[in-house]
Amino acid sequence: MTPETFFGLFNYWIVICLMMTGFYIVISSGNLIKTVIGLNIFQTSVFLLYITMGKLTDPVKRVTAPILEGGHGDSHGDHSAHGEHVAQVSFEEHASEQLHDAVKHAHADLSEAGHGGAEHAHEVAEVLYSNPLPSVLMLTAIVVGIATTALALALIVRIREDYGTIEEDEILELDKELQ
Amino acid sequence: MIEQLIQFLDVVSKSPHLPVLLIAIPLVAAPLLILIGNRKLVQILSLIVAWVVFGISVAMLGRVLATGAFEYQLGGWPSPYGIVYRVDHFNAFVMLFVSALGALVLTYSPPSVAAEIPRSKHYLFYPSYLLCMTGLLGMCVTGDLFNVFVFLEISSLSSYALISLGKTRRAPLASLQYLILGTIGATFFLLGIGLLYQITGTLNMADIAEKLAASDAKRAELVAFAFMTVGLFIKMAVFPLHTWLPNAYTYAPSVVTTFIAATSTKVSVYAFVRMVYTIYTPKFAFETLPLDRAMVVLALIGIFVASIAAIYQTNVKRLLAYSSVAQIGYMLLGIGLATEAGVAAGVVHMFNHAFIKGGLFMVVGCFALRIGSVRLEDWRGAASVMPMTCFAWAVGGLGLIGVPMTAGFVSKWMLLTATMDAGNLTVAMLMLISSLLAVVYVWKVVEAIYFSEPSEKVKAAKEAPLTMLIPTYVVIGATVVFGCWTVYSAEIAQLAAKALLNASGVVQ
Repeated sequence: MTPETFFGLFNYWIVICLMMTGFYIVISSGNLIKTVIGLNIFQTSVFLLYITMGKLTDPVKRVTAPILEGGHGDSHGDHSAHGEHVAQVSFEEHASEQLHDAVKHAHADLSEAGHGGAEHAHEVAEVLYSNPLPSVLMLTAIVVGIATTALALALIVRIREDYGTIEEDEILELDKELQ
Repeated sequence: MIEQLIQFLDVVSKSPHLPVLLIAIPLVAAPLLILIGNRKLVQILSLIVAWVVFGISVAMLGRVLATGAFEYQLGGWPSPYGIVYRVDHFNAFVMLFVSALGALVLTYSPPSVAAEIPRSKHYLFYPSYLLCMTGLLGMCVTGDLFNVFVFLEISSLSSYALISLGKTRRAPLASLQYLILGTIGATFFLLGIGLLYQITGTLNMADIAEKLAASDAKRAELVAFAFMTVGLFIKMAVFPLHTWLPNAYTYAPSVVTTFIAATSTKVSVYAFVRMVYTIYTPKFAFETLPLDRAMVVLALIGIFVASIAAIYQTNVKRLLAYSSVAQIGYMLLGIGLATEAGVAAGVVHMFNHAFIKGGLFMVVGCFALRIGSVRLEDWRGAASVMPMTCFAWAVGGLGLIGVPMTAGFVSKWMLLTATMDAGNLTVAMLMLISSLLAVVYVWKVVEAIYFSEPSEKVKAAKEAPLTMLIPTYVVIGATVVFGCWTVYSAEIAQLAAKALLNASGVVQ
C-alpha cells in the first residue's frame, strides 16, 4: 500500500477506528450510560461511512455540494449551469425523473459542445457535485440514532430509580440478592 | 345498506393504493391516538385500525393469488428512482399472519392490559403497539433496502418501549439489553446496506440484484453480506445471538410478549430470506460462502441448547421464550436447504409457529391475569378451576411438539421430507430427536396444571374472561385448522418458495 492510497483512504481509517472504539465501549463498559454513548459512537461511524461515499474529491476540478445555482428552469442558456448537469450524470442512478430529463439535456449539450469547440467542453467539466443521497439517508439514520439514545437514557433513568445504581454488575448483584 | 357496504368494500379492495394504506393508516393513527388521549376511545380506535390493516392484508393476498405480484410506486416515482412497495406471494403471506395476529392479540388484550399496565399509560400503549405493527408490516412490504432499515428501527424502538412497560423492575433492564443488542444488529444491517449502495449505486432490491450479478467487487459483496447476516441474526435471535430474547419475553407485559413472540422474529427471518434469495443468490450464500453448513450447525445447536434450557425453566414465559429460540432453528434449517421444498417448509413454519406460539402466550396471559403469576408452581392444578384455558394450552402444546392434525406437524413433516430429499439423514434424525425435547417441556406444564394438587393461588382463581378466551381459541383453533387444511398455509408457502427460487438472483 502506497502512502497515497493510505492517506487517500483517510476517512475510512477514521470510520474503522470510531467503529471499533464504540463497539469496544459497548462490550467492555459496565456503566450503562457509557454503554449507550459507546453505541452512539458506533452508529456515528456508519454515518461517516455513508457521507464519505457520497463525497467526491478530484485533484483538478472543483467539487462542491449539490446545490443548483440560479435555479433549474432558466439554467439551460448559460455556461456555468452546464456543470450541474455533469454532476447529475455522476449520480444518474438516483436522479428523479426530472433530473433524468436534465441529464438528457446535458448529454445533448455535451454533444453540441463537441461540435462547438473544445473551450465549451472544458467549461462543462469544470465543477463536480457530491451525491446528496447518502447524506439524506443519514439524516434519517441520525433521527433513528437520537430516538434510540433518548429511549435508552429514559430506560436508564427508570433503572436508576428502581435499583439506585447504573453499574451493570451491581444491578445483577441486587437481583441475585432478591432471589 | 348492506349492499352498499359490500359495493364499497369491493371498490376499496380493488384500490391500487392498498400497499401504502397498509402502512399509512396505522402510522398516522398512532400519533393521532396519543392526541386523543382518551383511554377507552384509544382502545376502540386502535382495535378498528388493526382490523382494517388485517382486511387490507387479506385483500392484497387475494390480489396476488388472482393476478400475481404487483408494485406500488410512492409518489408516482418509477423504480429504481423512487421507493416502491412490492407485493408478491411471499410477503403477502407474511403480512397476512402478522396483521392477523396483530389484530387478534389486540382484541384479546384489554383485560390483560388493564391488569398489567398502569392506567395512565394505556393511551401510550396502544399507539406504540400500532407503531410496532407498522414497522413489521413495512419491513415486509417495501422493495427498498433502506426502507427496510427504517421500518426495522420503527418496530424495534416501539418494541423496546413496549417491553419496558412490564411490571417488575427487571423490565427496563431487559428492554435496555435488547436495545443495545438490537441497535448493534440494526447498525450492522445499515453498514451492509451502505456497502451494497457503494457497489451498485441503488437501493431498490430488484435493481441491486441485477447490478450485483454484473459487478465484480466480490470482496465488498462478501463484507456487505456478512454484516447484514449478522445484523439480522441478532434480530432473529439465532443461537448464539439470542441472549436478549429470554429476558425480554419474560419481563414484558403478557400482551406484548404474545405479539412480539408471534411476529417480530419471523419478520426478521423474512428479511433474511429476501436478502439471500432476492438480493443475493442462494448460489452466492451457499456455494461461494458456506452459509448453509454454518446455518445447519447453528440451528441444530440452537434447537438442542434452547430446548434443554426450556426444560429446566420454572417460569413459563421463559420456558416458551427458549422454545422460540429453538423454533427459529427449524426455520433456518429449511431455508438453508435452498430447495423448493426446504424453503416452503421454512416459510410455512413461520406461519404455523406464529399461531402456535401466539396461542400459547395468550394462554400464559390468561393464567397471569387470573392466577397473578407465570411460575409453574403457582399453576399447579389449574385445570380444576380454569379448564378452558388449560385445554387451550394442551392443544397448543401438541402443535408445538408437532403431533399429527396440528399445524406444527405440517411444517415439521415438510421440513423432514425436504431434509430427507436433500439426502441429509443425520439432520433429519436430529430433528426428530429434538421434537422429543419439546414433548418434555410441554408435558411438564401439562402435568402441573392437570395432575397436581391445586396451589393456594389456583384455589382463589376463576376461569379467564370470555373476551380473552375467544381470541385465544381462534388462534389455537387456527393451529388445528391449518393442521388439517393447508390450502391457505402450506400451498401459498410453496408458491412463495417457487417464486423465490425461480427469481433467485433477478426479480420479475
